[in-house]
Amino acid sequence: MKIGVLLKQVPASDARIKIADPSTGIDTADIKWEINPYDEYALEAALQLKDAKQASSVVVLTVGGADADQRIRDALARGADAAVRLDDPAFEGSDCLGIARILAAAAKAEGVELLLAGKQAIDGDNAQVPGMVAELLGWGNISVVDKLEFADGTVKAWRASGGGARDVVEASLPLVITCDKGLNEPRYASLKGIMMAKRKKIAVKGAADLGLDPSTVGAAAALVVEDNWSLPPERPAGRILEGDDATRVKELVRLLRDEAKVI
Amino acid sequence: MLDLFYDDTHRALRDSAAAWVDRHIAPHAAAWEEAGWFPEDLHRAAGDAGLLGVTCPEALGGAGGDVFHGLIVAEALIGGGSVGVAMGLGSHAIALPPILALGSAEQQARFVPPVLSGDKVAALAITEPAAGSDVAGIRTRAVRDGDSYVINGAKTFITSGLRADLVTVAVRTGGDPDDPKRRHEGISLVVVEKGTPGFHTGRALAKMGWWASDTAELFFEDCRVPADNLLGGEGMGFVGIMANFVGERLLLAASAVATARLALDDTLAFVGQRRAFGRPLHGFQVTRHRLAEMAGREAAARAFVSTVAERARRGEDVAADVAMAKNIAAEACAYVCDAAVQLHGGMGYMRECRVERLFRDQRLYAIGGGTTEIMNEVIWRRGLEPIV
Ligand SMILES: Cc1cc2nc3c(=O)[nH]c(=O)nc-3n(C[C@H](O)[C@H](O)[C@H](O)COP(=O)(O)OP(=O)(O)OC[C@H]3O[C@@H](n4cnc5c(N)ncnc54)[C@H](O)[C@@H]3O)c2cc1C
Repeated sequence: MKIGVLLKQVPASDARIKIADPSTGIDTADIKWEINPYDEYALEAALQLKDAKQASSVVVLTVGGADADQRIRDALARGADAAVRLDDPAFEGSDCLGIARILAAAAKAEGVELLLAGKQAIDGDNAQVPGMVAELLGWGNISVVDKLEFADGTVKAWRASGGGARDVVEASLPLVITCDKGLNEPRYASLKGIMMAKRKKIAVKGAADLGLDPSTVGAAAALVVEDNWSLPPERPAGRILEGDDATRVKELVRLLRDEAKVI
Repeated sequence: MLDLFYDDTHRALRDSAAAWVDRHIAPHAAAWEEAGWFPEDLHRAAGDAGLLGVTCPEALGGAGGDVFHGLIVAEALIGGGSVGVAMGLGSHAIALPPILALGSAEQQARFVPPVLSGDKVAALAITEPAAGSDVAGIRTRAVRDGDSYVINGAKTFITSGLRADLVTVAVRTGGDPDDPKRRHEGISLVVVEKGTPGFHTGRALAKMGWWASDTAELFFEDCRVPADNLLGGEGMGFVGIMANFVGERLLLAASAVATARLALDDTLAFVGQRRAFGRPLHGFQVTRHRLAEMAGREAAARAFVSTVAERARRGEDVAADVAMAKNIAAEACAYVCDAAVQLHGGMGYMRECRVERLFRDQRLYAIGGGTTEIMNEVIWRRGLEPIV
């Protein structure tokens, strides 16, 4: 079984975000990039299946420009066998559905039977692409998985379903699974892995290579247009309640009900 | 070290080592320092991550990296905020080179891989109660008896001495420490394994800094080790000991630079928050100038150590330069850590404050791995005497 891992680079979680001018996105000038943390769980899950000889190989699929190569190299150094970077002027301005079309075509072209992805990317927090990929491929989709077992082409996956309850889902391949924190502890690249990754190639493919109709992706096909980004309002300063415990608890409950409106 | 000498593999290793340290060491550094110990399984975790022995040959479980790969890991470990942990994890970096330099293929295959995987801990034991700088003064004796050597004597100040599973021990198989003509003869290295009858460890020595690393006395009482554990031949000890000189001094120099960087970064953060006389501390020119001086010394030390490392990588004889590098880095680190405490005021004297610890930890850089005075001897003999 060949596994595909959907991998996206995102601004580091501690990056100071500025809005670009015009405000159609963030200013990427001084951004330090990292692998989307949830994608790291997906990659680790794939590598563990390979280590356990339940997968033959792991291919990383990324939509992005050459600036993503460093993150892809990191994934190769951790143990992925191959990588395809999906890059074409026709892909510019794709919305989630466009990205999903590109990835679905790539998954098909690569002949993978299982796609692993993060439950969401921490930049846009859309959590849409993997589900759309599954739909486009006609595959099953299990999302937000934090425990995974795999035997003879059958997957057993655990997920939190709210209020402390857990779903246990059994399904057979082909599948798209999205991964949550707690699934595993991602490994880091060792020097040995880094040296080995130097010998691995990152294939770059465009619409023609994938047999993808360019008019179905990119800005022209996008159903969602983002044109007015702004930073969230600054968090107001905290408040410290005075008085004895009884007074403070009473005041706290009042504030939670009347001001924060959370109870 | 300086990015100038890095290729992509160095940069990738720097990032992944830092990420590993952020997760596995940084959150615990203060607690482990206070406890004077770090968990046994950290060696294994570091081995799994491929962080032990990156410069060792691949066939023995290393990564075949160059000198900068080694220094990058050393710097990253210091970045975790506990010099003690870095040194405890790093004791293999002085215990193994003599085995790699002198050991037979069979000895290397037996001793090295389990250390690089983190399953076993290795230490180097040269220093004795009555002989430190003066290595030719060691008195621990190994006497051949059939297929064994019988060792008697004591070692002290041994890093990882308590937890070590195997110790590369300097012994005397001949010569005489009290005879000026024969004291350099008969120094040999032998590997002693934990559990060997007659091999005991003393208490964990209480010390100024490096708390999380254990530093111990070792005792050998009619300790019988297989003659197979002798590295090279009898009298080859100095060759093995010298195998460490460049590597160990560069590692300590890089660690000193990294320690200085940590102290500087902590101080830069502090002077922006702490206010006095109505302004942040960096509102005072005298404070800004002190920070500039700290940054300059750290940068100069980093540049010099990097340059010497690059020359070592090219195979040049850097015996004198590496001694200078260690002294310069130790001195820069001492200056920066002292200034860091000063700029933190009373907080800099508190155990809860990291620069308090770095100030204590840095003191050893001018002593361990050869003192400043011994480095100056090397600089004279290898660098200056030949040209006067
Ligand atoms: C925390 C710690 C960890 C250590 N880890 C290890 C380890 O893992 N393995 C190991 O073998 N050792 C280890 N050591 C020992 C260390 O290498 C020695 O302490 C160091 O080499 C100095 O030797 P000494 O302590 O005997 O001092 P001495 O040699 O007695 O020196 C005392 C003073 O005399 C000066 N001096 C000595 N000779 C000369 C000279 N010719 N000219 C001018 N001045 C001179 C020295 O510079 C120093 O200032 C460790 C020490 C410490 C404190």
